[in-house]
Amino acid sequence: MSAFSAIGDKREIEQEEYTPGIEPQPTWCPGCGDFGVLKALKGALPEVGRTPDETLTVTGIGCSGKLNSYFNSYGFHTIHGRSLPVARAAKLANPGLEVIAAGGDGDGYGIGGNHFMHTARENHDFTYIVFNNEIFGLTKGQTSPTSPKGHESKTQPHGSAKEPVRPLSLSLTSGASFVARTAAVNPNQAKELIKEAIEHDGFAHIDFLTQCPTWNKDAKQYVPYIDVNESDDYDFDPTNRDEAAEMMRETEEALHDGKVLTGKYYVDEDRPSYQQEKQQIGEMPEEPLAERYFDDSYEWERSADMFIDDHK
Amino acid sequence: MTDDELIWRIAGGSGDGIASTSQNFAKALMRSGLDVFTHRHYPSRIRGGHTYTEVRAAPEDVTSRGDGYDFLLALGDSFARNPQEDAYYGTEEIKPLSENLDDLREGGVIVYDSGLLDADEVPNFEQRAEENNWHVFPIDLRGMARDMGREVMRNTAGVGVTCAIADIPVEAIEELMTDAMPEKILGPNLEILNAAYEKVKEEHDLSGIEVSCPDGEHEEEQVLVNGSEGIAYGAFDEGCRFIAGYPMTPWTEVFTIMSKNLPKVGGVAEQVEDEIAAAALAIGAAHTGVKAMSGSSGGGFALMSEPLGLAEISETPIVLLEAARAGPSTGMPTKPEQADLEHVLYTSQGDSNRVVFAPADPAEAYDHARKAFQMAYEYQIPSIILYDQKLSGEYRNVPASHFDREPNPDIGQVLNEEQIAEAPHEPGGKFHRFRHDSEDGVSPRSVPGQKGGRFLASGNEHNEAGHISEDPDNRVAQVDRRNRKLESIRAELDDDGLNVTYGPEDADYGVLAFGSMVGTVEEAVERLNDDGESVKLLSVGELAPYPKEQVRAFIESVDRVMVVEMNSTAQFRGLTQKHLGEYGPKLSSLLKYNGNPFEPAEVIEGFHNTLKGESETDHQTTFVPAGGD
Repeated sequence: MSAFSAIGDKREIEQEEYTPGIEPQPTWCPGCGDFGVLKALKGALPEVGRTPDETLTVTGIGCSGKLNSYFNSYGFHTIHGRSLPVARAAKLANPGLEVIAAGGDGDGYGIGGNHFMHTARENHDFTYIVFNNEIFGLTKGQTSPTSPKGHESKTQPHGSAKEPVRPLSLSLTSGASFVARTAAVNPNQAKELIKEAIEHDGFAHIDFLTQCPTWNKDAKQYVPYIDVNESDDYDFDPTNRDEAAEMMRETEEALHDGKVLTGKYYVDEDRPSYQQEKQQIGEMPEEPLAERYFDDSYEWERSADMFIDDHK
Repeated sequence: MTDDELIWRIAGGSGDGIASTSQNFAKALMRSGLDVFTHRHYPSRIRGGHTYTEVRAAPEDVTSRGDGYDFLLALGDSFARNPQEDAYYGTEEIKPLSENLDDLREGGVIVYDSGLLDADEVPNFEQRAEENNWHVFPIDLRGMARDMGREVMRNTAGVGVTCAIADIPVEAIEELMTDAMPEKILGPNLEILNAAYEKVKEEHDLSGIEVSCPDGEHEEEQVLVNGSEGIAYGAFDEGCRFIAGYPMTPWTEVFTIMSKNLPKVGGVAEQVEDEIAAAALAIGAAHTGVKAMSGSSGGGFALMSEPLGLAEISETPIVLLEAARAGPSTGMPTKPEQADLEHVLYTSQGDSNRVVFAPADPAEAYDHARKAFQMAYEYQIPSIILYDQKLSGEYRNVPASHFDREPNPDIGQVLNEEQIAEAPHEPGGKFHRFRHDSEDGVSPRSVPGQKGGRFLASGNEHNEAGHISEDPDNRVAQVDRRNRKLESIRAELDDDGLNVTYGPEDADYGVLAFGSMVGTVEEAVERLNDDGESVKLLSVGELAPYPKEQVRAFIESVDRVMVVEMNSTAQFRGLTQKHLGEYGPKLSSLLKYNGNPFEPAEVIEGFHNTLKGESETDHQTTFVPAGGD
């Protein structure tokens, strides 16, 4: 019998269950795009049948890092840029958990960029939502890795001399098997993409445009958005890597011309997840490792029986 | 420990198989009933560069490298790339024969591979050999190996020659090779071993050689184990089934052993992008209910500073290793030093809240690793094992029974779902993971996936449910509770024998040491007492929380104390004075930081200086007289 009865628990789930009694109201600024992520997440999880007790949200630092303060589940509010390695290990220790990692663009594409690249490469089976507001919000409006070239701020008084990070292209190149972009002004698309990301077996990365009305743009600047999967103006196959790459590039460039393109850009259903790859080579148990510590009948192996003879 | 013993040095080039050959040799002597100890010296290069291992063997307790050596097997460096004297590394080829040659004891034996080495290149070789009454055997080991197998097997030829000269039964080596070697290479190796043995017996006059291997007998079966293996097996027996890491010398050894063995038992080993990720993965796994570890050496451990602080404030039980080497920065990657003490004790922002262990030998490495996991999981706190390059690769014999213990997979106070249902929660449903009211400081936890146990873990200061809180009363309650854990741990560890005293209880003088230097100081203390001095040693194995009362009692019981450590700023003496707040006029320091561990004679010399208050030394050691508080 599992020590984790919340995992796989099949029951009707109310959306309100995801609102914690302790901090029901976020402290984000009025008009902040982060509300859109929270709403989409609360909408998606009941529809995919995941309960708060089987869900672990792992966040970084920044306004986005407070997601799990306002979202009722198991949570780990880690340190700046380090949500991904914590999330990876949780998923390896207990693959039954629904793991969702989240953080901002500075957190994920800047200080945690190395972890982003390697998590995508390994194709861990969980969802990663990046709140991309093209600015550092909590520290009061400095230029971020996704701020456009020429962006002026107190730390870049003459305007940024750097090209911004291209999050979708970076994700694809690094090896993510599901890449999407949505915007906080588009809650229905966001919810549907999150649902698909959760159901996807592999690393699912959603670049979520979240306007920062206090330091950067207001909501109007991400409107109107265009869904590239729906629009007749765009014709590409998200299962085709080359076409996806081209569409991503166009999308990243269009954003700085004021054109907001969103949608599902890439999906590879055939690539095994990291968990499956590890099991394939005998480096990960079939039974979740976490269960073993609650199983009184498990016979723990000893070094005296396994290794000491070689030293005699 | 200087009469009835053999110190055999095998010297060659990095990559020449010196380590494996010496390990087999040490094991053969252990099996014959001797106590053994290996001391390894190598450069930070893949191929080439002078490397040697000393195997010291005696009938009883060998706890250190010796002063010098009495048998040199110089194989030559087959990878030496700079034969010109003006090249950056100088003439390397001759180093196995020339380096530290003056440390060879009077009457000692030199066997060198005349196929590779020319003794004429060693300054005044013949004259020095004569003056010191050395017995010199130039033998074409390379040629012998080439004729009968492959050139690389000249190690085996050298061992055969050693057996013939030092009177070691060649069967002991044969047996070991048969156990250790794949069949393909076993045949030619055995042939070469015997041929070399016979050739020396037949062709050379061995009379007058006093260097020989002593006889010994063990009361119980022994195993040959190094510090890295001790740590890895201790972790394994505590139920550690998750490790994450990034390669770095010398921590890589434990990482390798765990990565090889964990998959065999359904555990998980992860080599990741950097040490920040490695420590963060250990946290993620431990948070999810698994016993987890990570580790690194100096520079990599520096990257772990921030996750270490996260483990402290989120009270996530992890075990980290710090296999120190000479710093700062890249320093000397393959040389030991004890200069990371303050780094390990204090790195990461905020008041530190951790347990730090310092094992002295491979047996203690096993014991301390087990204790580190117990403290981490019992008290939901990071435990760190501080060791170094010396202990990591140093082999000693340990009774096999030392490892014959019950496993302990206990993960501490983790509630099951029934207990969670009974435990306090927020009105909104969150479990009180971080209660204020725990007496010993430990607040029981839940694990993700358990029904009713959800809470927020955070690097921010937090309230009982884990949500961010900057309320002053909550802050004080949480800090005080976390600090209470350290007091509980100190009380528990004080009775655990981690701090060991050697020498007569009523001695007049004391020596303080920690970690890998203890064995050498132990031998020095024994020799001093044999010479009529009155001195004892306290090995401090518990660096945090610091065992104040035990150290105070030790210092109070003697007239003067010398603190021995491998660094240049006397960090361990500083730590002792920080905690005790006095004894400045009573504590002197003996320091060494040239990349080589102390020899017993250096400690003895330092002790005499302490008595006389002199600071002149004959070696590359530094004596710092006692000062004010």
